[in-house]
Amino acid sequence: MSDGHKADEIVGRGSREGADLFRQWFQRLTEAPERGEQSAYVFVMGSLAEILRVFDFHMVFPEINSLQTAVRRVAHEYLNAAEDYGYSPDICGYVKADVAMQLQGGQHPMGRIPRPDLAVYTNACNTYIKWAEIWERFYRVPCFTLDVPGSRAASGRTWPGHRDFDNDVHYVLAQIKELIGVCEQVSGKQFDIDRLRETMGHANTMSRSWRRVLALNQNVPAPFNAVTDGTVYLGVSNGFRGTAAGAEYFTRLVAEMEHKAARGLGTARDEVYRLIFVGVPCYPIFRRFTEMFTEHGGAFISSTYLWFASGGTDLDFQYDLSRPLESLAEGVLLGVRDAMDSMFFQDQRLIAMVEPYQIDGVVYHPIKSCRTTSTGMADNRRAVLAACDVGSLFIESDMMDKRVVSEAQLKNRIDAFFEGLANRKQMKRVQA
Amino acid sequence: MTIRVLNGQHDLSLDDALHLCRDLMEDTDFPTVKRWREAGGKVLGHFQVYFPEEIAHAAGLLPVKMRGAPIEARQAEARFGSYLCSILKTSLELALSGRVPLDMFVSHPICDAARNLAAVFGRNFSYPCQILYLPQNANSAHSAQYLRDEYARLKGEVEAVAGRAFSDDDLRASIGVFNENRALLHRLYAIKRDTPWLLSADEAYVLMAVGGLIPREEHNELLRGVIPQITARTAKPQDRIRVVFEGGFCEQPPLDLLRTIAQFCYVVDDDLLIGLRWIQQDVPLDGDPLYNLAEAYLENSSYSPVQHDLRKPKEKMLLQRLQAARADAAIITAAKMCEPGLDEQVAYSKALDEAHIPYFISEFEENMTSFDHMQIQLETFVENLLFA
Repeated sequence: MSDGHKADEIVGRGSREGADLFRQWFQRLTEAPERGEQSAYVFVMGSLAEILRVFDFHMVFPEINSLQTAVRRVAHEYLNAAEDYGYSPDICGYVKADVAMQLQGGQHPMGRIPRPDLAVYTNACNTYIKWAEIWERFYRVPCFTLDVPGSRAASGRTWPGHRDFDNDVHYVLAQIKELIGVCEQVSGKQFDIDRLRETMGHANTMSRSWRRVLALNQNVPAPFNAVTDGTVYLGVSNGFRGTAAGAEYFTRLVAEMEHKAARGLGTARDEVYRLIFVGVPCYPIFRRFTEMFTEHGGAFISSTYLWFASGGTDLDFQYDLSRPLESLAEGVLLGVRDAMDSMFFQDQRLIAMVEPYQIDGVVYHPIKSCRTTSTGMADNRRAVLAACDVGSLFIESDMMDKRVVSEAQLKNRIDAFFEGLANRKQMKRVQA
Repeated sequence: MTIRVLNGQHDLSLDDALHLCRDLMEDTDFPTVKRWREAGGKVLGHFQVYFPEEIAHAAGLLPVKMRGAPIEARQAEARFGSYLCSILKTSLELALSGRVPLDMFVSHPICDAARNLAAVFGRNFSYPCQILYLPQNANSAHSAQYLRDEYARLKGEVEAVAGRAFSDDDLRASIGVFNENRALLHRLYAIKRDTPWLLSADEAYVLMAVGGLIPREEHNELLRGVIPQITARTAKPQDRIRVVFEGGFCEQPPLDLLRTIAQFCYVVDDDLLIGLRWIQQDVPLDGDPLYNLAEAYLENSSYSPVQHDLRKPKEKMLLQRLQAARADAAIITAAKMCEPGLDEQVAYSKALDEAHIPYFISEFEENMTSFDHMQIQLETFVENLLFA
């Protein structure tokens, strides 16, 4: 095989292999009940995959199931069914799509989602807790809240060795031990600390690689689009956390991104403006939404979604395998805290990225469905604009509900945003 | 420092006391808070639902319940997007407009929207703005110890604002004041439950809610004065249905809405400002006061849609509340855009259907001014029950 052929193969590999892994994953979920295998419902911000995989639970991410219905343009059918059941139009669309799917026996465009044997969730999003209460009512299965205290203020973060951090980590550790007891009870299997070391080792590889992948987008042009490509990588990081397949995928993804960066290869469209995306993507028109930016040469270099929805994987926290439980507690605390910080205190991190990543603009996308990510955005934006000379766009729509997604209005706003960016560039050239 | 903010209005007739409380609750300039500040006092504003006010009290701060207000959120609108409940915006507006000047702000992540609030405050004010992480895993054996340590952290922050430390005995004295306050509020609610014709929903509400705006010692004096006068009233029972009002744990319905309900129903129990009545029995005064407060929050408390506790499924708790209050029906409300409240409406309605208990579902907003539509609906609901 020639070098040129190899090079062709490597470009786009992450997206292709990610799609394959996804198909395999959903196939296994569909077959799990027939095989008598158990499933745990979990969420992206603190999945506790490291523990759950020790007990061979299949990992079901209701958030991912729900967003898939929007990407596949059938979300409205699920939302309508949940609203007919009694849920308000004004609550999270992910919850409603899942409720409808549960009411339909797990029917999903990618397969059949098994019922939960256990649900595990953190407090990174309050809706996780309300959502799990629905499964409690539907299935009477154990639902475990892993409560992770977040940062008390923008300047109030504490670190190992500080009394307040140690208090928090003791609390998280105690709950992890309680979770292990619940898993033993549900699965009938005994906890194996060596298997925990194995899953944590895979998670270490993934975290290290994830951070590297994100950093490689500092290159001009950026090797990947943080909204479209990034969401595929994010899906794998969640669905395959703690597995050999996930670790290998990310090792190969780093190789692809390094290959592209070394050769100056960017995404399909020429990169003119470097942008950061803040929030959750507009899944009902996922591709089109991004195209409205790429058509103007806008490239999403980074996205806060890749921080918080990876549950803090972007931190590159490396577990100390010589003291696995204690280190897991520290990692969960720091990771989930970072995910929350990425939503509530994101302004400082965005400001710090503007120069090194050569950012031209920040796109804020508050959505009706998610108040966790959306409530503070306007205020965060004020802080970023007060600190940096960047353009910004604030466009509201939704991640699930096409009734509140107006493509024409979005396009008008986006077109005007790029006119503004073009003027800024011209002004800067004149001033230079 | 003893600061009194009711201008010597303590030995009031019941009518005068109700008039005073109504005025204070409807005054969007929060005069009691201003009087406290003018006398040199410092103020800790805490967002809904529950906050251990004893810690602020022991440090000499006035704990003020930030519960929004029926005002226009002129400045706050620019700091938030759409699809949000009103209380979030108006609470920030109260601070931005100077109506409620604060020295510290604390919120608890009760919902996805409110968990952003301390960060938003923190970017807009130079005083400390904090998140208090009350445990969301009430079922962990380690929650009480964690919360005790979290309260110790908060104590340090509060002392820094107050400019002085306080002792365990100071805190015990504050717990004593709040124990009395909770006992008086429970007494008020017992009157509502047992003899609702003596105390309407809106009267009970203003007498209770004013406690979030004044020093608790003064609130105790007020309640001690009015409770015997309420029981001495000579009103006779009327043919009204007994209802539980659910959905007022965070954003507060306008007083006129409560008055509208009171025209047709006896509200024999509710969750309005449940944080003030969260702890059900006296917090012990012996031992570690911080631990006692933490344990009371977890083990000796009411319920709300924003606290998850496997021992307290909300729909079962509602059925218990209805049973304990001998209620005929429930009014299940939620503030507009209030996700926990709206989520819970589904569980409540399914449970009430199963139990064959009639219910009336509605949404409200603190700023609403027209109640005609609701009045007609409610009247029809009540007539259906009375004449079915």
